Amino acid sequence: MNFLDLIWLIPLFPLCGAVLMLLFGRLLDPQPPSTVAAAPGVEHTHDEHDHGHSHEHGHTHSHTHEHAHDHTHDHEHDHAHGHTHHRGSPLKVLISLLCPGMVLISFLLSAGAVLQLSNSPVKVHEVVQFRWLAGLPFHMMDGRLATFSADWGFLLDPLSAVMILVVTGIGFLIHVYSVGYMAHDNGFYRFFGYLNLFVFFMLMLVLANNYALLFVGWEGVGLCSYLLIGFYFQKKSAGDAGKKAFIVNRVGDAGFIMGMLLMFSLLGTVRFVSVNQALRGGQFHAETAGFGVLSAIAVLFFIGATGKSAQFPLYVWLPDAMEGPTPVSALIHAATMVTAGVYMVARSSALYQLTPSASTVVAAVGAFTAILAATIALVQNDIKRVLAYSTISQLGYMFLALGVGAYWVAVFHLFTHAFFKALLFLCSGSVIHSLGGEQDMRHMGALKDKIPITHWTMWVGSVAIAGIPGFAGFFSKDEILWQTYSSPSGSKVLWIIGLVTAGLTAFYMWRLMNMTFYGKSRVKPEVAAHIHESPPSMTVPLVTLAAGGVFAGWVGAPKLWNLPESFRGFEHWLEPAFRSAAIEASEQGAHDASTEWILMAVSVAVAIIGITVARYFYHHKPHIPDTLEKSLRPLHNLLYNKYYVDEAYDFFFVNGLGKGGGRALGAFDRNIIDGAVNGAGWLTRFSSRVSMWWDTWIVDGAVRFGSFTVKLLSYPVCILQTGRVQAYALAVIVGVLLFFGYFVAGK
Amino acid sequence: MYPITTAHYIALSAALLLIGTVGVLTRRNIVIILMSIELILNAVNINLVAFSQALHNLDGQIFAIFVITDAVAEAAVGLGILIALFRNKETVLADEVDLLKW
Repeated sequence: MNFLDLIWLIPLFPLCGAVLMLLFGRLLDPQPPSTVAAAPGVEHTHDEHDHGHSHEHGHTHSHTHEHAHDHTHDHEHDHAHGHTHHRGSPLKVLISLLCPGMVLISFLLSAGAVLQLSNSPVKVHEVVQFRWLAGLPFHMMDGRLATFSADWGFLLDPLSAVMILVVTGIGFLIHVYSVGYMAHDNGFYRFFGYLNLFVFFMLMLVLANNYALLFVGWEGVGLCSYLLIGFYFQKKSAGDAGKKAFIVNRVGDAGFIMGMLLMFSLLGTVRFVSVNQALRGGQFHAETAGFGVLSAIAVLFFIGATGKSAQFPLYVWLPDAMEGPTPVSALIHAATMVTAGVYMVARSSALYQLTPSASTVVAAVGAFTAILAATIALVQNDIKRVLAYSTISQLGYMFLALGVGAYWVAVFHLFTHAFFKALLFLCSGSVIHSLGGEQDMRHMGALKDKIPITHWTMWVGSVAIAGIPGFAGFFSKDEILWQTYSSPSGSKVLWIIGLVTAGLTAFYMWRLMNMTFYGKSRVKPEVAAHIHESPPSMTVPLVTLAAGGVFAGWVGAPKLWNLPESFRGFEHWLEPAFRSAAIEASEQGAHDASTEWILMAVSVAVAIIGITVARYFYHHKPHIPDTLEKSLRPLHNLLYNKYYVDEAYDFFFVNGLGKGGGRALGAFDRNIIDGAVNGAGWLTRFSSRVSMWWDTWIVDGAVRFGSFTVKLLSYPVCILQTGRVQAYALAVIVGVLLFFGYFVAGK
Repeated sequence: MYPITTAHYIALSAALLLIGTVGVLTRRNIVIILMSIELILNAVNINLVAFSQALHNLDGQIFAIFVITDAVAEAAVGLGILIALFRNKETVLADEVDLLKW
């Protein structure tokens, strides 16, 4: 079977799953109407010990569902409602086989295609199905005539190969996990429909062979993100978070569209292969000095990436996205969707290589976001929120790597991060699940022995993200720091920021671990009785991902270690995609072995210091953080309130630009537009009055004066005309007599 | 006994004309005015007939017959107008009918 020509099938399977679920899912998994409409919490009055996602999410799931893993208090569940569809229902089993199955098929197809790609000498494989967009011709920048067109085509090259494996592989594990996690939820079918739809759009995004089709996936994952964040839409905060994510992403999308159109009007194509050919063909020179069209395109693309990949200043949606169910946080907001921006920038590497100034912007924003988010994560108490800020921070690392020209390192970090961040999120979901919906770390502690699998897998994830040698995060993070230090477009300042962030990362992750798993239990007593390990459908993905968290890094071991070439496969694999960049970067790194050893030692030391300090603070001397918090109250408040960025956005954009702008527009409408209309009305009335006055006094006056004059002059004659016949007769006779008199007497 | 000469006829005719004219000018009743007009016309007739006899020419007498015919028609029309007037204005006095003015 030639999998390479079948890559168009890869996104098709999840689409089938999504269509089936969203059209017919309701039939398979009927919803109890009463619980949908019921107010959150109402149903718990008679069922205090219900396993409560509902406490956490505020949604109302049917508590008649049996907790298969929680037999100890099954008797407490109220069976009186008599809902027949519970976890064992064959129809629900069908959903939980079908949807993950679709993703599994995609994964197998992807694996087959990637395997064949690795054996083929040509590393770029394109499958074009049909002409999808065919617009009208228009003039490009240089005056040539071009038609805006885009194919419905798929491109498999080393870069998209990595992406589809991550999306389908990790996507599949998260689907399996969701079967267990969402078992008690209403809208089981809806959740899986959205999840499959998301995988479809993400695969479209990474498999597209042009920017226009990439944009379809880009918007599609935005849509799914909105749907899944707002999954518990009965809760206002969840709906608001969904809208926030959608709107914030829209800001970035505007940049992306403008960049795409600008690129088209410059190059006449949006097809990746043609774009790269044109940009690498030598007709464009690097914009080393100044800021030209290419830099503008690069910056616009980066604005798009800041929206999707949660970079400053558009990162604000991601922490709020934690309103969605935890598997969503893991799949979308850690492992795949947020990497879309990284992927897109890496895909445009040919462009960024020509635009050092734009790359500097990317690196600076990445570094700034990394340290900003890491400092916020230091003081958050919500377990998922810590991980959300950690995600933002790690994405900042990726952009730092992109900005300094180390594209393969960025993709490498994306790859390892996908494993350990999905793992961490799923572990936190497992913790939350076992505590019945508790997310606040101040009410956790000493869970180590109660949920051992979750603990050990999360331990692996934390070690990996902290950057301890041997685990996945170390390889990619160390490589980023090294490239930042050594690359010609990197700098010492950026390296120091990255290093500090690495220390902070280690610290907050161990703060999380200590507050959650070690020390004294601060779990609420009514919750403590029901702590239990999660079902196998949840723990198996955890263990699998943990294995990934350990081994995923070994495909990109440092050159320094002099390991066999197979341990450095990742860079070579991606070389065709980034060609000149990879060569340039590796040449730079080759000649400075002692510095690299020192830097590696420094970054590991920083990580260990972070871990030790966190362990000391939160395990041995738990009063120190409190003392620090009290003595540094303003700083703590600043961090705890996330630098008041949300408030600032509320003030400037929501209230300022939104409401204030609305008010200003209203005033403009009332005063200027209505004023113009009213003024025109007034002017008409005024001129009509003038006209009327003119008519009455001047025109009519002239006419009446004429008639008056005639009347006046005719008055003497008028008095003769009396109307009396005899008077006339007299006049006639007198006249005749006068005539006679004149002629008789005159003769 | 004096023979009746043309001068006598003319004197009579002049007297009738004078009476008729004064009647037309001074009397208010339209019936009287119409009668006065008849007097004037008859004064003319006498004049015509007198000269016809004096000149031995019948033209004058024929003309007189025309005048009589004309007077009849005129009296008929005049009285018709008078009746119509009386129906509308309830008056036969000439000075009360003075609408035909500016």
